Amino acid sequence: MLGRRGTLRFLVAPAYLWLILLFVAPLCLAIAISLRPEVGPIRFGEPWNVSFAQYQAIAESPSWLRLLGVSGLMAFAVAAASTVLAYPIAYFLAFRARERAPLYLVLLLVPFATSFLLRVMAWKLLLGSTGAINSFLIWIGLIHEPIGLLLYSQAAVILTLTYVWIPFAALPIYAALQRIDRSHLEAAADLGSGPWTRFARVTVPLSLPGLLATFFMVFIPTVGEYVTPSLVGGTGGIMYGNLIQDFFTRAGNWPLGSALAVIMLLVTLVLVGVALRAVDLRRLGT
Amino acid sequence: MTTLPGRQSRGAIGVGHTRLPLGPAYAVMLALLYLPIVLLGVFSFSANTTLTFPLQGFTLSWYSAVFSDPALLGAARNSLVVGVAAATTATALGLAVTLAVVRFQFRGRSALLALAGAPLLVPFVVLGVALFLLFALLGVPRSLLTVAAGHSVVALPYAVLILVSRMIGLDPALEDAAMDLGASYPTTLRRVTVPLLGPSLLAAWLTSFIVSFDEVALANFLAGGSPTFPVFLYGQLRFAQRLPVLIAMAVLLMIGTVTLNLVANRLRSRDQ
Repeated sequence: MLGRRGTLRFLVAPAYLWLILLFVAPLCLAIAISLRPEVGPIRFGEPWNVSFAQYQAIAESPSWLRLLGVSGLMAFAVAAASTVLAYPIAYFLAFRARERAPLYLVLLLVPFATSFLLRVMAWKLLLGSTGAINSFLIWIGLIHEPIGLLLYSQAAVILTLTYVWIPFAALPIYAALQRIDRSHLEAAADLGSGPWTRFARVTVPLSLPGLLATFFMVFIPTVGEYVTPSLVGGTGGIMYGNLIQDFFTRAGNWPLGSALAVIMLLVTLVLVGVALRAVDLRRLGT
Repeated sequence: MTTLPGRQSRGAIGVGHTRLPLGPAYAVMLALLYLPIVLLGVFSFSANTTLTFPLQGFTLSWYSAVFSDPALLGAARNSLVVGVAAATTATALGLAVTLAVVRFQFRGRSALLALAGAPLLVPFVVLGVALFLLFALLGVPRSLLTVAAGHSVVALPYAVLILVSRMIGLDPALEDAAMDLGASYPTTLRRVTVPLLGPSLLAAWLTSFIVSFDEVALANFLAGGSPTFPVFLYGQLRFAQRLPVLIAMAVLLMIGTVTLNLVANRLRSRDQ
């Protein structure tokens, strides 16, 4: 008969094995391959010439690093905009909707559950030169020629992704606002602070860890985006992820593509680490 | 201080009030969120192949075309297979991680919890190429299995999150009682813990399924010759004349995923 401790290893071992095989090992492999100098096929048993040639090539290509910066800024804009726009939605659900909150939450879940690609496509159809916005404006006589700048730009990518992430961002903020102990707000009111002061000095600080988590839950997938830019971004709106994808599909240069991916991973982890330090870690636990 | 009673009389909480019209703001926001989706829905009944106003002609032909398109139906079936495999794996592993970290103290406990959540911190394009390299080097041909393996990893944090928040609320005395009465620990898990977690397990499974079913960035690197529906859709979107059929299919699938999401949400909220 198995005791508690005896069962433990059957619980822990499969999870550890799965995550090491399919998460840790592939990331380590990407790092190892990024340190190869040549493109050729990889054979086991051959000497592994560690070289920083790929990283050197990237360091000498300012346009790639600039694209990383641009993608970071685009992801920052998307994450900030969707967090800020989702905040009033979450606030309304947590503090105002009262007994009708479940219904309003369900209404929010429909756009959230609609296919990601479908929502991106919706914006492509809305923004295109023969698309809904242009043809509607022509139809009602406001314009005579289609406005060409709507689609295929960085702005189109940012707009589309912000739209895609708002319902997703509202859920963790809603959870964070619900966790706020209402007696803190009552105490602030008892001590004479008005609604705005309570909001700025109690609600916002207490929801800050949730806001930060939401920001990164949007930022991380967005900074690595390549699907949305390829659909609505055009040549001006491509992101760093498109570059990585290109080296694995068309260009077929795995070491260089791996090095680009490793740089993106490191930048992302450093940003998360810095943000976690900036917000009091002890507060995240509560 | 004298204004306080008046403020409290407006509601049970009495605080959290601003004078901003949040209700109308919420309504406008929801309308903006729904508008593009509704337009797509309308478009799927339009005889035109571009979304141009004024709309011309109502047709159901795009929907009937869905059912005579074997590639489209095959991709949807692939997504279903991958989703079930990924969700089942993620939920089983999530349950193991949850039981271990909530009920046991052991070396590597916090490391396990951190590792199970870590896939959330890695952009999909990075994990996608990393897994692509792993399978290429191991000589594993890309297939639905490789997609499901990748999805099980990215769905795991969601499964763990849902299960841990439920497990923390379960009284360990219930398990102690079963063991005092002579049940082994595995029997206790099967007969007491898992049934108590029941709705949360289903919510974790459904959430993992939805994560997998809608995922394109990772699957695009791992699918090879057997695309899931999002990968198929992504590949076909550049052909404008294919658009109405694809959207009709996506609308049909959307009805399914929205229903699943509502069920998962229902189960989660009932549990807490």
